[in-house]
Order: sequence, then structure tokens, then C-alpha cells
Amino acid sequence: MKKLLLVLALLPMLALAQTVTRDGITLTQAQETRAENIGDQLRCLVCQNESIEGSSAPLAKQLRVIIRQHVIAGDNDKDIVGFMVQRYGIFVLLKPPFMRLTYLLYASPFLGLAFGFLFYWLGRRISASPPAPLTPDDRARLDELLK
Amino acid sequence: MSPLRRRLLFGIPLAVTVAAGEGFYIILRRMQENQYDPHALPSQLIGKRLPAFTLPGTNGMQGFANTDLLAPAKPMLVNWFASWCLPCLQEAQVLNQLAQTGLQIWGIAYEDTAPNLGNFLSTNGNPYTRLAADTSGLTAINWGVYGVPETYLIDKTGIVRWRYAGALTPDIVASTLDPMLQHYA
Repeated sequence: MKKLLLVLALLPMLALAQTVTRDGITLTQAQETRAENIGDQLRCLVCQNESIEGSSAPLAKQLRVIIRQHVIAGDNDKDIVGFMVQRYGIFVLLKPPFMRLTYLLYASPFLGLAFGFLFYWLGRRISASPPAPLTPDDRARLDELLK
Repeated sequence: MSPLRRRLLFGIPLAVTVAAGEGFYIILRRMQENQYDPHALPSQLIGKRLPAFTLPGTNGMQGFANTDLLAPAKPMLVNWFASWCLPCLQEAQVLNQLAQTGLQIWGIAYEDTAPNLGNFLSTNGNPYTRLAADTSGLTAINWGVYGVPETYLIDKTGIVRWRYAGALTPDIVASTLDPMLQHYA
């Protein structure tokens, strides 16, 4: 009986073992994974080439906390990313969205390919067609000349 | 190979290279003249009113809220700064001179303490008509502030017309801020 009580008393510890604390916010492993996934998509505004998850800048830390608070509040990913875009613009997205400003960016591989084909076509060599076979007269003249 | 094809084959790469070189040259020249900062972000607040906030005053000065900035008598500046920020030190003299011309500048101290602010203001002068403290830095996030100093120009209808990220210099005041102040006067 005593053992059973002990096990029952320790059961909640199992749930606790699956929580994670990051930047002072405690959340479940699933919530943390979601938060990391969101943070990985967002650019740190201070370092500009690191994600919010990967940066050690104080602002990135604050933004990580905000993301986790929104995750705990049950907001969906789109709303949380939208929160950041509303404040910092699309530059905050590490993967630029497909929009008028980025059409050229997304078209660039195809433009490159088109240029490649253009140059292949411009640079191709037309092999000259072989000369017409000699007529009997020409052959007789050639034989004469080569004698 | 026809002469036209030969010309295209050499001309197109040459034209692309020259255009790219010209582009890089313009970017580098504008960077050198401080007219272009590749790290600067456009503010999402341009053309909009400020998001809701209420910040307490600090160092004996009055704080303010977004509702205090709905209809200034004249265009004015809101300047984010901190005593721990080196570019803010360079900017201080420019702000002092601007304040002397009668321009209203309201300050928001970003993640700062009252004693440090007191030292900063007594050493470098106090150009601010009002001074609020954003100790947590959360209002800054709502504004889209990503560093200090940042300066916002608010027109007479409370709409943000311009944001400059970085220390204001006499050059920027002359080339950009002064014309904007006249335009929105």
C-alpha cells in the first residue's frame, strides 16, 4: 500500500519531466518544438543572418519569450508569424514570401536557365554541308591536274 | 557564325557585367555618403498612427501614451535611446541643436535605469520635453524598434512620416529631416 501511494505521488513527476524551460518560460516538449519551429523561420533583427532561435541577442531572446507566450496561449503559427511581420515587415521572414517584390528573386533560376539556352543557341556551330559529289567531267579534270 | 550572333555572344555578357558593376558602384558610393544603409529596415509604422502604449515618466519628467501623440501642434520627434548606447552619445549634440530650434523631441529610454539616465542627461544635455521609460522593452517591440537610437517623425495628425534607425547626423538632418519638417509643418 505504501509503495502504491509513493508511485501515485510520483506520477505527476512524469509529466513534469516532459516540460522544457527556455528563456524562463516553461512549456511542454510539443509546445517547445512548435516554438522552435516558428523561431527558426524568423530572422533576428539585430544580427540579420541568424534566426531568432539561434541568436544570442537580447532582442531575439525577448522575441523567443513572446513566441512561447503565444504558443502557450494557443495561437496558431500563422498568427504568431503575422505578429512579427506586422511589427518588422517581411524582412523578418528568413524565407521570403512569393509577392510582387520577390517575383524576380523566385524567377532567377529560370531566367538563368533561359540565358543558358540562349547562349547555347547563339554559340552553336552549324556544320557546313559536305560539297556535292564530283561530276564525271570534274573527276576527269581532277585526274588531269593530279597527274 | 553570323556577325549578329557573334556580337550578341560577346555583347550580352559584357552588358550584364557593366550593369552589375554600375549597380555595385552606386550602392558602395551611397553607403560611403551615408545615404544608404544595407542593414536598415523600413518601418511598418510609416503612414500609420502609433500602436497603443502608456509609459511612465522617469527622472522627474512626464511620461506619455500614444493618445498624447494624436495631434501635436507642430510635427515632432520621438527618440528612442539608452544611456548604455554609444551611437546615442554621438547623437546627443544633434538632438540638443534640434531642440534649440524649437522642435519638440520626446524621449523613450529603452531598457535603462533612472540613475544611469540621470548621468547621461546631465553629461550630454537633455533635449527632451517629455521622457518616458520602456524598462521591459516590450513597447519597443510593438513599434518594431530593433535597436537604439531610433527616431520617429510624427506629423500634426499623429501619423508617423519617417523613421531613422541609427544616430542622427547633421548631414541627415539637413538632407532629410529638415525638408520633411517643412513639408509637414
